Amino acid sequence: MADYHWPPADKRFLIGKSFTRLDGPAKSSGRAKYAYDINRPGMLYGRMVFSPHAHAKIKSIDTAAAEKMPGVRAVVVMFEPGKEVLWAGQEIVALAADTEDQARDAARAVKVDYEVLPHLVSDLTPEKAGAGRTSAGSEAKEGDPDAAMATADVKIEGTYGAGIITHCCLEAHGQVTEWEADKLTMWASSQNVTGIAGEMSKALSIPASNVRTITQYMGGGFGSKFGADPWGPACANLSKKAGRPVKMMLERDQELMEAGARPSIYAKVRLGAKKDGTLVAWDSESWGTSGPQGGGNPPIPYVMRAPNRRTKHTAVLTNTGPGRAWRAPNHPQSCVITMCALDDLAAAIPMDPLDFFLKNIEFTGERGKSYHEELLKAADMIDWKKKWRPRGTQDSGPVKRGLGLSIHTWGGGGHQSNATCTIHPDGSVEINIGSQDLGTGTRTIIALVAGETFGLPLSAITVNIGDSRYPASGASGGSTTVGGVSASTRRAATNALNELLAKVAPYLDAKPDDLEAAEGTVRVAQDPGRAMTWNQACAKLGATPIAAAGQRSLDLISSGVGGAQMAEVTVDTETGIVRIEEIVAVQDCGLVLNTKTAESQVFGALIMGVTYALYEEKLMDEQTGLCLNPDMEFYKLAGLADIGKFRVHMMTGPGYDERGVIGLGEPPVVSPGAAISNAVANAIGVRVPTIPITPAKVLAALEGASGTGRA
Amino acid sequence: MEAFAYARPTSQKEALASLGASFEESAVLAGGTDLLSLMKNYVESPKRLVDIRGVKEFGGITRGAEGLRIGATVTLQELADDAGLRKDFPGLVSAAAAVPSMQIRNMGTVAGDLCQRPRCWYFRNGFGLLARDAKGKPLVPGGDNRYHAILGNEGPAYFVNPSSLAPVLIALGAEVEIAGEKGTRKELLERFYRAPRTEHEREYTLAPSEIVTAVLLPKGAEQWRTAVYEVREKQALDWPLAAASVALRIDGGTVREARIVMGHVAPVPWRAQEAERALAGKAPDAESAAKAGEAAVRGAHPLSGNKYKVQLARVAVKRAILEAGRA
Ligand SMILES: Cc1cc2nc3c(=O)[nH]c(=O)nc-3n(C[C@H](O)[C@H](O)[C@H](O)COP(=O)(O)OP(=O)(O)OC[C@H]3O[C@@H](n4cnc5c(N)ncnc54)[C@H](O)[C@@H]3O)c2cc1C
Repeated sequence: MADYHWPPADKRFLIGKSFTRLDGPAKSSGRAKYAYDINRPGMLYGRMVFSPHAHAKIKSIDTAAAEKMPGVRAVVVMFEPGKEVLWAGQEIVALAADTEDQARDAARAVKVDYEVLPHLVSDLTPEKAGAGRTSAGSEAKEGDPDAAMATADVKIEGTYGAGIITHCCLEAHGQVTEWEADKLTMWASSQNVTGIAGEMSKALSIPASNVRTITQYMGGGFGSKFGADPWGPACANLSKKAGRPVKMMLERDQELMEAGARPSIYAKVRLGAKKDGTLVAWDSESWGTSGPQGGGNPPIPYVMRAPNRRTKHTAVLTNTGPGRAWRAPNHPQSCVITMCALDDLAAAIPMDPLDFFLKNIEFTGERGKSYHEELLKAADMIDWKKKWRPRGTQDSGPVKRGLGLSIHTWGGGGHQSNATCTIHPDGSVEINIGSQDLGTGTRTIIALVAGETFGLPLSAITVNIGDSRYPASGASGGSTTVGGVSASTRRAATNALNELLAKVAPYLDAKPDDLEAAEGTVRVAQDPGRAMTWNQACAKLGATPIAAAGQRSLDLISSGVGGAQMAEVTVDTETGIVRIEEIVAVQDCGLVLNTKTAESQVFGALIMGVTYALYEEKLMDEQTGLCLNPDMEFYKLAGLADIGKFRVHMMTGPGYDERGVIGLGEPPVVSPGAAISNAVANAIGVRVPTIPITPAKVLAALEGASGTGRA
Repeated sequence: MEAFAYARPTSQKEALASLGASFEESAVLAGGTDLLSLMKNYVESPKRLVDIRGVKEFGGITRGAEGLRIGATVTLQELADDAGLRKDFPGLVSAAAAVPSMQIRNMGTVAGDLCQRPRCWYFRNGFGLLARDAKGKPLVPGGDNRYHAILGNEGPAYFVNPSSLAPVLIALGAEVEIAGEKGTRKELLERFYRAPRTEHEREYTLAPSEIVTAVLLPKGAEQWRTAVYEVREKQALDWPLAAASVALRIDGGTVREARIVMGHVAPVPWRAQEAERALAGKAPDAESAAKAGEAAVRGAHPLSGNKYKVQLARVAVKRAILEAGRA
């Protein structure tokens, strides 16, 4: 009998090896169809009308002229007159026409009468924003921060933070909707295939069983695509009215204005240590904005928590597109604030930050030992001990080199997931799960787990996902997908296998318990010569396939990971231009199933990390209330030439593997901002207090014109 | 974008006949890399596009008795790939090659690069070239002006000229050849640009009924040593924050004459004559280059958010001089 547990290292057949993602060829050849690529017979094109004001009361909406425009088939009002729009870009009307151009022209013919109201779109401190514009977050105290601070030999004070960025998914939000009588099919770009079906049924007041949602491929979500969003139901309503399928995808400006923002977080920090480097106290007041909504209590101090600490957070309410979960929500910003403050403290002692972090490793909590290992591994990879020099001891010449480090954490775990496994009499195997592959390699992982269970190669497994008709699975958020689907697949596959072994045992003159599936055979474990091929075994099923189910179970997975990253940069002190030389990333995530897709999650995270550390910024104009850079020209993203060299090391083996599977999508994106900022501070001798680290900020820091991290 | 009529003339005569009397009526279409995005955002909505890529005489690079002629529709990539140009005008070639992305260089043309509209985000978001709100208040001084002008920015224009080719061509003494109803005129490229005073004025002297047919480099221009230094935040798909083009006549290790033109610092490509004077008679070494850089930004008046550009312009001038001196 096969059991559920992951095989020990010497018995692993596929787990831990490197496999190229199964859908790579489909994607690179254009055969993969994203929501954007779905075209249905008779399909119309949807387009929305957006508020050009950051704050206004809608007095009236007149769609009469638009309805008469050529090609217009349906108009849906999405916003109730009398209510207030709270950010520029909020959607008011949707319409559908025969062509995209007609839809655009018609959208311009919609007349909306606004009473413009005062707005705030700037990213201000609570004091500057004013009392009516803030909402209190949490306050917390641990130990006695004041008394501890009084015992500190070295104290520093600084302001640190990260501005607002967007998700900037390469594939926009949106969907194609089509009705057949009272049944709806929706092809959406979604992180939540199972969940949005229910959301749509509620919004449209139809039975959930009448909604089918499909996401075969996705061009990025990063936390911004959990919901059906206002445009999901609007699109379905347009379809219903027009009696035709409708495609309505957002455009880039809308994406950047509304469809995803990572809140800003800043903090004024005081902290202190003993002469020998022992961290004693932390005191911070933080703030930030996530748009019109309050909330959000950042995990400050992050990972390395001084034993005595006080924290207070205030949300600033602004008229900007609302925040959405952004890959490891609140972690990258909190990491910048904490790791940069700690790095400044180390410099003030003065101490090599690597030694300082190792000295205080106990304050990272229960995962201290793995942080210790990871820091040493990263230091070895980047040759820290040889290359690191104290701040301000640089060679002459305008271009300075620097090293910086950071550590991070994340949860993971596994979302609720159901899988079914079918073994056909011809030997083919299918796994069905109502989960989705965001581009992380979920399809490949499912095939790998099933293949491992059956002793078959990945290519022998057919994986069906991305459809709400398959067994319900959770949203892909919080790095929970791999935990969810690997556990449900393992259980479903094992259950199916045990049925097969029971069928086959008599033919091998053995008990089911003595059999195993390995190397393309079903055989007697202790006497591998007594075997039949996989196909011969399956043929014994006669006409009826085996169908077995499995659910995510906690014994196969775990949560709580760590990682350490180190960056080497050069800074041209005459121009303020920062270039990434190298970043090394050391990451644990329990049992690594597919080394290649695991590493590529880390590589992708580093690219995203360089981008938000150096370039990305959503720029709002207080005078007009508008976003100034809702495009990919001045909303700057790193290109290949900008990212430098990356090296990734996954921690595996004893101490890691036995923890089971843990998600990895989010953690590696947490540290790059802090590691790069610390490398810049090391290079130029002063702190650039906030990210992105633009040339203007570097030059200002060098001039001493802005606040620094030094006491 | 608004619907438009499309003309594809095959001769200069036909092309001129297709043009109207205002930029609202018609626009010249070359590579379209700028014009089409302006049209998609309704910043410009010409009723007729006159696509000049079918006019043979507007293309090609030719050398004649009077100098070098670069046809209007020569693409940036053709410019970057021309071996003769690379030898004689390394600064020009490096400026063309630095325009980001193969796609833009393959589509974008020389005249299109010179006539492209400013990237000021208020302009591109529909607030007009002079960037004013509905009440006429200028938005740049009190807004986010990190990429705006530090020189020649007394208003009402605050944008910067975006062209990478214009500064180096001006440094080389280039002329533009312009065809109109009344025949062909030539104008020094340096005089082609202006800071508009009203919303109805363009940032160059071209009339709506005219076409740039070629850029002309005078005979002997290749004797100038040229170099371009651009400060770019990103290497991939980005604009320079500040740039300098330098042309030097060097004799026995001494700069006899210098032309220094800055890009991305003013509404027009900005000739830094004080810097030119500072350099004349000196060796192009670190000290004189630094002094020239200093002189180049002496008159700068940064806006609320672009003081850093003064430093970038200073360094760009210095580094361009050093590179031209080494050449
Ligand atoms: C992200 C990005 C980065 C860029 N970076 C740079 C950069 O670093 N440096 C740089 O120089 N450019 C840069 N560009 C701009 C690019 O070089 C220009 O868009 C291109 O050169 C324009 O040429 P075109 O032939 O496509 O012009 P079009 O778009 O066809 O025309 C542009 C304008 O010129 C007019 N025009 C064109 N040809 C003529 C003519 N013969 N006579 C009269 N008027 C004419 C048109 O009517 C229109 O107003 C960048 C563009 C992007 C999108």
